[in-house]
Formats: sequence, C-alpha cells, structure tokens
Amino acid sequence: MEKIIFYCLAAVIIAFGIASVTSRKMLRSVIYLSFVLISIAGIFFLIDYNFLAAIQLTVYAGGIVVLIIFSVLLVHHIEMELEMAKASKKIVTALACLVGLGVFLTVIYSYDFNVINNSLTTTTADIGSGLLSYEAGGFILPFEVISVLLLAAMIGAIVIAKGKKLTENNNQSQ
Amino acid sequence: MIPGISIYEILTVTSILFFIGVYGFITRTNLISILISVELILNASVVNFVIINKYLFPEALQGVYFSIFIIAVAAAETALAVSIIINLYRQISSVEVKDIETMKY
Amino acid sequence: MNLNLIILIPLIPLVVFLVLGLFYKKIKPAISGYIGVFGLLISTSLAFYAAYMYFIVIGKTEGVYQTIVEKTVWMNFTDSLRIDMGILIDPIAVMMLIVVSVISLMVHIYSRGYMKGDLGYTKYFAFLSLFTFSMYGLVLATNLFQIYIFWELVGVSSYLLIGYYYTKESAVAAAKKAFVVTRFADLGFLIGILIIGYYTGTYDFETLNNPEGTSILNWASTSFMGLSALTWALILVFIGGAGKSAMFPLHIWLPDAMEGPTPVSALIHAATMVVAGVYLVARLFPMYYFIEDGFALNIVAFVGAFTALFAAVIAITQTDIKRVLAFSTMSQLGYMMLALGVSGYEGHEGLGFMSSMFHLFTHAMFKALLFLCAGSVIHAVHSNFLKDMGGLRKYMPITNITFLIAALAIAGVPPLAGFWSKDEILVATFEHSLFLYVIGLFVAGLTAFYIFRIYFGIFWGKESNYKDKPHESPGSMTAPLLILAFLSIVVGFIPFSEFISPDKAGFETHLNYPLAAIAVFAGLLGIGLSWIFYKKENELADKFASRFGAFYTWAYHKFYFDELYLFVTKRILFNVIAKTAARFDKKYVDGTMVGIGNQTVSTSERIKVMQSGKVQDYALAFIAGAVVLAIICIYLWLN
Repeated sequence: MEKIIFYCLAAVIIAFGIASVTSRKMLRSVIYLSFVLISIAGIFFLIDYNFLAAIQLTVYAGGIVVLIIFSVLLVHHIEMELEMAKASKKIVTALACLVGLGVFLTVIYSYDFNVINNSLTTTTADIGSGLLSYEAGGFILPFEVISVLLLAAMIGAIVIAKGKKLTENNNQSQ
Repeated sequence: MIPGISIYEILTVTSILFFIGVYGFITRTNLISILISVELILNASVVNFVIINKYLFPEALQGVYFSIFIIAVAAAETALAVSIIINLYRQISSVEVKDIETMKY
Repeated sequence: MNLNLIILIPLIPLVVFLVLGLFYKKIKPAISGYIGVFGLLISTSLAFYAAYMYFIVIGKTEGVYQTIVEKTVWMNFTDSLRIDMGILIDPIAVMMLIVVSVISLMVHIYSRGYMKGDLGYTKYFAFLSLFTFSMYGLVLATNLFQIYIFWELVGVSSYLLIGYYYTKESAVAAAKKAFVVTRFADLGFLIGILIIGYYTGTYDFETLNNPEGTSILNWASTSFMGLSALTWALILVFIGGAGKSAMFPLHIWLPDAMEGPTPVSALIHAATMVVAGVYLVARLFPMYYFIEDGFALNIVAFVGAFTALFAAVIAITQTDIKRVLAFSTMSQLGYMMLALGVSGYEGHEGLGFMSSMFHLFTHAMFKALLFLCAGSVIHAVHSNFLKDMGGLRKYMPITNITFLIAALAIAGVPPLAGFWSKDEILVATFEHSLFLYVIGLFVAGLTAFYIFRIYFGIFWGKESNYKDKPHESPGSMTAPLLILAFLSIVVGFIPFSEFISPDKAGFETHLNYPLAAIAVFAGLLGIGLSWIFYKKENELADKFASRFGAFYTWAYHKFYFDELYLFVTKRILFNVIAKTAARFDKKYVDGTMVGIGNQTVSTSERIKVMQSGKVQDYALAFIAGAVVLAIICIYLWLN
C-alpha cells in the first residue's frame, strides 16, 4: 500500500516539477509548484513525520504559494505567455543537469547506506522539547536566531515593498 | 520509514527534483519563475534531510530541526523576494531578468 | 682647519635657493634680493677665511700644500669602485672658491639694480643661488662622479638663466641650444668617466692624480686604436670640458647664450661656468701630463690655441657688444687651455698650469667687469648693438672709466691684472713651442684691437640719436663695477706661483723682459690700430672690411659654423637617421606593442561574453564545473 502511494507521490512530484519549470503560463507554474509541495508533504506523512508535514502544508503550500500567487497576479496579466530561453541554452542546461543527475545517482547507488529498520513515531512534543532544549543537542539558540531572522525579514519586506517615498523622490529629482 | 521503499528510491526522486530546480533556475527568464525553481531546490534538500534522519538515525531529530529551519528561512526569503519583485515592478514595470541587468552598473 | 665651515660655503646658497624657490610668491622682491646678497656675503667671507687658513695659517707641509679631503661613501659599485660625496681642498679649489664667491657676490649686488622691477625678480635670485651652489659643489668635488653631478647641475642652472626671458623666442632657443650642445659634450665626459672607472677602479681625484699611483703608472696596460684606453678617456673628458668651456668646435652655444640677462652672462658665461672645463683639465692635470707622455695634453693645447685665434677673429667683426665679449671669452678660455696644454709638471715647468690658473683668476675679474659695464650701457641705451651707441663717456663717467680699466687689463697693458697672467702664458708657450707662441702673440694683439674697437664704439665716436638721455646707472650697479675695477688693477700683483703649481710645491717667477715687451707691444699695436680706425668716425674701418670682403663676411657669420651644424643636424641627422629610426620605431617597436594591445583587446572582447553579469549564466557555469569536478573525483575514486 505505502509502496503504491510513494510511487504515485514520486510521479506527481517529478511530473509537476517538470511542468512548473517549463510551463509558459505563470499562474499555472505556481499551481504546479503547489502540487509538488503538497506531494512532498505526503511523503512526510508516509515516513511518519506528521508535524513536519503540517508545517510543509501550512507554511509552504499555504503561505509561500499564496504569496507567490499574489505577486504573480500583481505583476502579470493572467493570460500572458512567458518568454522562454534560447533552445541552445535549454539543451546545454538539460545536458548539464542530466550529467549531474547521473553523477548524483552513481554516487548514491555506489554507497552502502547503513539503514536501520524502524517504525518509531515522533510526537510533536519530542520535536518541541528538542527545539527548546538548552542541553546538549538542544536547538534553542538557532531557534531564537531564526525568530530574529524572520522578524528582520518581515520588516525588510515591508520597507522594500512599500518603497513609495523612494519612487517619489526619484521622480522629483529626475 | 516507508515499508518496501529503499532509501535509494527516495534519494533518486529528490535528486531528480533538485535538477529540475537547477534547470528551471538557469533557463527561466522571469524573476518569479526563478523563485519557484529555488523553492524546488530547497524542497529537495528538505526531503533529503528528513529521509536520511528517518532511515539512518531514527533516534535523532536533527534532520527534522534543520528542515524546520530551512522552511522558515525559505519563507523569509520568499517574502523578501516577493517584496523586491513588487518594488521592481513599480520602478521599471517588468520582472524579466534582461530588463534588470542594468541595475548592476 | 675647520671643514664644517667650508661645507657651509656651498650649503648657504642652496638654502637661499630653497627658501627663495619655495616661497617665491610670498617673499617681496626687495627682500629676496637682500636674502640672496646676504647669503652670498657669508659664503664669500667663509671662502676668504678658508683661503687665509689654507695658504697662510696651515701653509705648506714638507714644502707642499696638502690636499685636505673630507668625504662619506655615497654609493658602492664594487668593493673598490665607489662614489663619495665630500669636499676636497687644494690650492686650485681654494682659488676657484674665491673667484666664484667674488664674482657671484658682485653679480648679486649688481643684479639688484639691473633687474629692478622685473617680474621674476625672486625667481632670478633663486636661480642665481642654485647656480652658485652648483658651482661651489663642482669646485669642491672629491671625485669624478661628484664633479659630474654638479657639472650637470651647473648646466641646468645655466639653462634656466639663459632662458630667463622665456617669453622671448630667441632666449628659449638659445637656452635649448646651450643645453643640448653641452649635454652632447657631457656624453663624452660621461663615457670618459666610465672608462676611467673601468680601467683604474677608482673615481677619486687623489688616487687618480697621484704620480706614483697605479692609475698613472699602468696607463699603457690597455690600448685601443694605437692609444691607451686612458688617453681616450682623457680626450673624452676633455670633450666634456670643451663643451662647457666653449672650445672649438663646441663653441656655438656661447654667443647665443648672451640672450640671458647681462649679469648672468657676467657670472656664468664669462667668469665661472665656462672656466669649469679649464678647471676640470687642471683638476686632472697629473693624469693628462703623465699618461702617454701628455698626448691628450697636446690636443688640449692645439684646441685651445685654435679657439683663441678663431674666436678673436670673429670678435672683430661682431656688432653686438655682448657677442663681442662672448667671443672674447672664448678666446681667453682658449688661452687658458693653451697654457694648460703646454705646461710641465715639476717646479718651474709647471708655469703653464700656474699661468692658466692665474689667467682664469684675473680674467674672471676683468671679464665680469666688462660684462657688467656692458650691462650698464645696455641698461642705459636699451640696445645691444654698437650702432645705437657712441659718445657715452659724457653720460656715464663711471662706466667709462671702469670699462677702460677692464679693456686695458684684457689687452695686457702693465701693470693691470691681464698683463701679468697673459705674460706668464706667453712665456710658458714660448718655452714649449714657437708656433703656438706666435699664435698666442697674434691673439694678444687681436684682443687689444677688438676690445678697444667696442670701447671706442661705445664711449667715443659719434653720438647716436638717443630717445631719452642716457644716464649713469644706480649705485647698486656702479659699486660692483668699482670694486671689480679695483680688483682688475691689483690682483695681478698676487704672487700666484707661490700658491699654485701642478705639484703644489710652488716656485718663483720672474718677469721675462724681452717677451713681456713684445707682448705689451702687440697689445699697444692693437690699441693703436683701433684708435686709428674707430676713435673718430671715419671710413677706414669700412674700407678695410671691404678689402677683406669675403673673409670679413665669413668671419662676420662666425665662419658659418651654426649653419654647418644646422645642416648636419637638420639635413643629415634628422632627415636620414632620425627619420629612419622613427619609422622603425613606429612600425616595429610601436607596432609590436600596439599589436599586443590590440590582440589583448580583441581577445577580451571575445571572452567578455563569459562575464555577462547574469547570475543564471554563472549558475550554469558553476553547475557544469561542479559536475566536471565530481566526474573527475569519481573517476579517481573508482580507480
């Protein structure tokens, strides 16, 4: 059962991944992206990381995708077709990517992973106490740093996106 | 771990996803598309962290923490990128890469 | 003897130069004149003090004036070959100190009046100080390289002063000419220095001039084209000296150098710088004398004699009074060279050397006086040309008297200074070679003739139509004239041979009455002839000139040497050699360089596409590079 679900998810991820980077319509591209993200959340469910899957769904599929859709709607006409790169560049890039993929897979398959069979379930409480622990292996400091980073990013985003005064000044000075 | 699925298969999927992201990053000519490609790359790495944590070190949770941080950073990054894109659009009415090349001068 | 005080002699003018040169916009002209004069006054008193200490207080040790040297190593070439900086005191250096100090001081005082109201007053005094400093340094140099350094400094300051009226085209041309010609000669000097350094391993005058030293004893060890290498070096050094001292055929710059202010001509082109060549030969005299039995010295003698005659003939025909004096200077410098050339080394044989120095000394006094008088006259009538003058004795009594004294001195009338020194030269020449003696005697007559020609032309004869009445120059100009006139009368009585001789031992001289009488007679004959020709306005001179016709024109145009040089340089050097070289330079040397540049540009033009500035391109390159590296690593790992 899990096997079939995984293959389905993998197929969805790859197919919509390709679709999202090749689609000529912006909005579709974003929607494909959201499919990919949701499928990844599915994988997290499969490996029993429910909390992570929830984050993935809320932050990524819920927050980021919505943000991107907003920006797309703000700056693009919905029917507009995207300009594409030159065919030669595409081919070169595709070749490079395929070769790189070959390298990756070679390395992965030639390495003998020491897999431990388990079916441990991780609770949200475990993650929370680990994240807030200040003992050895605790992640309290990065957690705080990330919180400050998020705050800074929020303020920065507001300041940059506002930008009205700057524009006015520019217009006046011109 | 997923019964019947080896780590190799999952890593293969994430590798493919990663290179799809790279391909998109290089070939797209639009800032938002590039942003989408970056999200794909980030997600590929997130899945890798989680999978390796689960398959190889099930007792530990570091992979999960890192994934959380990556998601948080990605959110911040997206917010900033979107604000930059909107601002840029206001200034030059375009988000095509070729139109903003002049900014580097 | 306190050497610290002597080192101050050159340093004070240097300080004055720096002060005036650096702050010349802030110093008022009147003050800058005082600074210059005052600084030089100190130097002059120190020079006299040094002379007193050296000749009287210290005096001779074991019958010889000792050479005092104080120096520090400046630059090492090899273990033995090095350049020092320092001061060297010996009789001729002390004598030159006196000459330079006195003339420079007089010129400084005189310039305060002569240059009054000139725009570059302060600059002028700065240049004068620079020149004086360089000249002191040249005189006190301890080795060939030091003398060369100051030699060039003297050349530069001479260039600056000749081109002082830089808005005048002829002055600029003259300055350039003087610089280029002397530089050309200095090339010979430099090569000579290098040869001497190579074959003797030292630049030091003391070592070089030691008659028992290796450099003189081993002169024959290397030869080149029939002469020893050192003889060649000495000839080359003499070329340098000939350039500075305006010897034939490098004389062409001196007449043109008269474009500079007249006091400058008096200082540089009559009394001090032009004798640097004579001083150089005198400085190296033992080398000249001992190496190859004085072969190089013979060249010096003949060049000197020829220049003396050549310049005197030209001087007769010139109408610009400063040019007459310039050619007269050349002629007298030829005299000095001639005297050096016929000199021996020991005891009484050193008469030529001593008389050359003596003549240098006296000539500096009366020639500077002549120039300053000429300056005074020019100041009054605002013209250089004889035709604009005449009958000035009524308006300018002091100038008249002092000019007359100087003229009598240069004509060799006893008991003025020129008589004594010229007589010694003629005696020395007579003892050496009758041919040269006859030339010398003839030149003495010519000298008297041309100098009285301009004297009568200026102060007697018919009055020109002066626009405003000429008047006597101010006190600051006449005072130096009077002092120099006094010196021109008395310096001949200094027992020079007691102090200066090649072996530094000194000897006694006695007047050789028959020869002296002949010389005086020649001089008086010249004066008499010019009396007949020029005292009263008459046709005689013109008739005489037309009788000589072609020769007169030839001489009037300075024997066409300027034209000859112009032909050689412009037609042959510039057209044939320089143009070929320029073409080669442009085509091949520049071509290679430009080609390399163009190639680089076009290559970068082609590869700059890689540096597009697009992040995506860089990302592609990065990915491709990473993949290639990974492939290489895997390949190595699998094997």
